Amino acid sequence: MLRKLEFVLRRLLTSIFVLVGVSIITFFLARVVPSDPAELYIGPKARAADIARVRKQLGLDRPLPIQYLYYMRDLLRGDLGTSIGTKQPVLQEIMNRSTASLELLFTGMFLAALIGVPLGVLSARWQGKFLDVVVRTISILGVSMPAFYLGLMFQLVFFRNLHWLPVAGQISTSLRFTHPIRPITNFLLVDALLTGNWIAFKDVCLHLILPALTLAAYPIGLIARMTRGAMLEVLEQDYIRTARAYGIKDGVVTYLYALKNAISPTLTVIGLTVAFALTGTFFVEVIYAWPGLGSFTVKSLLNIDYPAIMGITLFGASAYVIINLVVDILQAWIDPRISLK
Amino acid sequence: MTALLEVRDLYLEFKTSRGKLKALNGITFTVQPGEIFGLVGETGCGKTVTGLSILRLLPRSAALVGGQVLFEGTNLLDLSRSQIESLRGSKIAMIFQDPSTSLNPVFSIGSQIERVIRQHMHVGRRQAHEKACSVLAAVGLPDVERTLGSYPHQLSGGMQQRVMIAMALSCSPHLLIADEPTTSLDVTIQAQILKLLRELQKKFAVSVILITHNLGVIAQTCDRLAVLYGGRVAETGSSRDIFNQPQHPYTRGLMNAIPRPGGRGARMATIPGTVPSNPGAMTGCAFAPRCGSAMPRCSLETPPLFTIGENHSSACFLAERK
Amino acid sequence: MAAIPVLAVEPEIQSTRTFRHVLNVIVRDPLALASTIVILVFILMAIFAYQAAPYPLEGAGKTNVANSLLAPNAAHPLGADRLGRDVLSRVIMGTRPALVVPIGVVLFAVLIGAPLGAIAGYKGGWIDEVIMRITDLFLAFPSLLLAMAIATALGRGLHNAAIALVVSWWPWYTRLVRGVTISLRERYFVEAAQATGVRDSVIILRHILPNTISPILVQATVDLGTVILAMGGLAFLGLGTQPPAADWGLMVSEGRDFILKQWWISTFPGLTIFIVVLAFNLLGDTLRDIFDPRQYK
Repeated sequence: MLRKLEFVLRRLLTSIFVLVGVSIITFFLARVVPSDPAELYIGPKARAADIARVRKQLGLDRPLPIQYLYYMRDLLRGDLGTSIGTKQPVLQEIMNRSTASLELLFTGMFLAALIGVPLGVLSARWQGKFLDVVVRTISILGVSMPAFYLGLMFQLVFFRNLHWLPVAGQISTSLRFTHPIRPITNFLLVDALLTGNWIAFKDVCLHLILPALTLAAYPIGLIARMTRGAMLEVLEQDYIRTARAYGIKDGVVTYLYALKNAISPTLTVIGLTVAFALTGTFFVEVIYAWPGLGSFTVKSLLNIDYPAIMGITLFGASAYVIINLVVDILQAWIDPRISLK
Repeated sequence: MTALLEVRDLYLEFKTSRGKLKALNGITFTVQPGEIFGLVGETGCGKTVTGLSILRLLPRSAALVGGQVLFEGTNLLDLSRSQIESLRGSKIAMIFQDPSTSLNPVFSIGSQIERVIRQHMHVGRRQAHEKACSVLAAVGLPDVERTLGSYPHQLSGGMQQRVMIAMALSCSPHLLIADEPTTSLDVTIQAQILKLLRELQKKFAVSVILITHNLGVIAQTCDRLAVLYGGRVAETGSSRDIFNQPQHPYTRGLMNAIPRPGGRGARMATIPGTVPSNPGAMTGCAFAPRCGSAMPRCSLETPPLFTIGENHSSACFLAERK
Repeated sequence: MAAIPVLAVEPEIQSTRTFRHVLNVIVRDPLALASTIVILVFILMAIFAYQAAPYPLEGAGKTNVANSLLAPNAAHPLGADRLGRDVLSRVIMGTRPALVVPIGVVLFAVLIGAPLGAIAGYKGGWIDEVIMRITDLFLAFPSLLLAMAIATALGRGLHNAAIALVVSWWPWYTRLVRGVTISLRERYFVEAAQATGVRDSVIILRHILPNTISPILVQATVDLGTVILAMGGLAFLGLGTQPPAADWGLMVSEGRDFILKQWWISTFPGLTIFIVVLAFNLLGDTLRDIFDPRQYK
């Protein structure tokens, strides 16, 4: 137990160092790379006097290390700058929109793991048989498909042709008036559940399906392949032979003895796909008009809303570091060998 | 005495990218109840796959194409999948060469042993736990509770092998197949494990098939043995007979090759040539190309096992006369 | 004392798979063969874009408003976009940036990342630590996010997007090569070279790097597919090729508003991206099976 805590502490420390490094790189991109950061911060319609003021404000006339200190001071105070587009503090914009994106991200990754891992396991179990071929085909199609394209195709097929699912948005606009959801956590699904608002719940679900599946396509492909690979490798190990030598039933051997060993590299892959999914939300949200962080990012990119873009980059990278930390700790809990390195 | 295990004329082939590899070409031997039987030979002679064949633990590329494996009268090769699975670990148990890779790294020792016990003995958790404790104590492991809660990588090589032996004996099998149980251990630990095997064999009244390439190990532990070459039995008999009066030229060569103290300065004896890679594809005796006493007949006909004395046989035409 | 010859020890190159062998395997595997053919077709299309496109000027961006939003027909098999430009020509003209730039990106990523990885793995110690920390830092960013930020900081455009992707991609090759180098470092031929006094830089260059070629090749083939996807994504977001030039990702974005009625504007360029990436992924898989069937990562 003590060893595991030590591991957690060490990983935490590493993460903090990485976060500092991330801030340095973002600072570099934000202040050092552009030819005139002040101009970018104020927007294209600024006057010379305003530019000079912002330049002073950002401390651009000071030496770099001092600039960085100001930057860090602002960061730790939660000041990520002000969005040119909305005139609101960037951090606030991020927080407002995070819940919608998180809902999409969680659902997408949940689907990806739910579908991807079993597909990979079954594919390894029935290696060479038809199921294996099917899964491998699905995997490679999934990792080759551009997310934005898939989204558009889904809209075409499921909305226009089949009329099964709504085309965009998080919830039908009419429902905002007839069955509004009382905000508790700001997660629509959760709130609808908590307040017993079944009609809204069903509606949000329908709206969530296509975006989540679009987001999950690439992760499903990747997770299925990697799980299959990890399982195949594990199934060749001596300890599996031992288990069979003692007559342990095939189901137990595959789904318990082998899987628990294969789950560790699988978790690593899931962690990596979260990175993809994070950036995937940009495309998915734009296409499905999802009011989340992704569509805000794309809007900021189109408008060259510099403070917003840099703030989002920092936020996104930090979130990713934290997610990886969680995944690593999960792995250490499952595989007793890891924490003892 | 009815034999516990009778292997008759076992043939095994592997499907490889380069064609069929005939690994076993008519293996025949018997194991009596309550004895330690050695299967000895160089790498590639087929001793390990023989062990695996008894429990039908072979990979998909392998096919048993002939012969019988009679265990307590039943031909194991005729049994269904679930029938052989119920035998594994309960009537026949196997331990492997490298204990560090043979135990599942993400489950505790206790959970692995107890699962085996619960599956074959159909008892509850507490009883399985108690049984596991008692069998771990029987193999000489200190601090039984702690060991049960540990993970494989937390134990030393010798302790891991003891755990494997414990697991093997947990359901009181009639036959224990030990595939090179001491090869990957230190010499001092080797001696301990062999001593343990001898003691446990008497205590649990189990027969042991000891697979090894080390003649010294055979000499210390085995009552009877079979010398394998090229997928066939070259000579079989009691330890005393084979060590004192080896009949087969291959066995003789092996005995000569053992370095003896006091022989300093003299050249070490070796058997010229190398082990054939696909012995089944050869006509005649597989050892003939390397044999100093080879006759023309040896390359044309495969010699069967000729009985020399009581329980002593040699697959060599030289033995035919006797 | 005479100068010690540069290659005092013969480098042991592990390439047991010759080019001939690779060709043999590809020809026998229908999927791999199809992928290679597809890739070759697209390469040819990139080279002969102007000749292949039925309306090359429209492909380059000249508008033809009379044909605006034309459905697919005989003269325009893939239809026309909002500005009346022939979609087929635009797709063909878009092949050049779609293939050439990712090849360049992967090439530069390898050229930067591989030597760093070899040095880190070979020297060990503080050099290794420093390089690994830097690599970890860049890998801490989700790759497209970093590319986006860099592309924005540098300004919009195809070349800046390419630079952004190179900066995001090189760490993967550093990691890969470092791993291979560490496993090679302990091998006898390296020890032999060191014992005969061959300089470190020569050892890395002549002994170690050639052995990294096959894992790099496998990774690069698959990465080409991923980079094409990433470039397409960046273009879709407006960070890549700028209008009026033709680019598959850009075309999908331009056609987005019309997806429900004039579906061909987005569908065909998107489909093209999918097919090309699929071909590279399949080929990469086959290469991986040839060079190291155990590597599932």
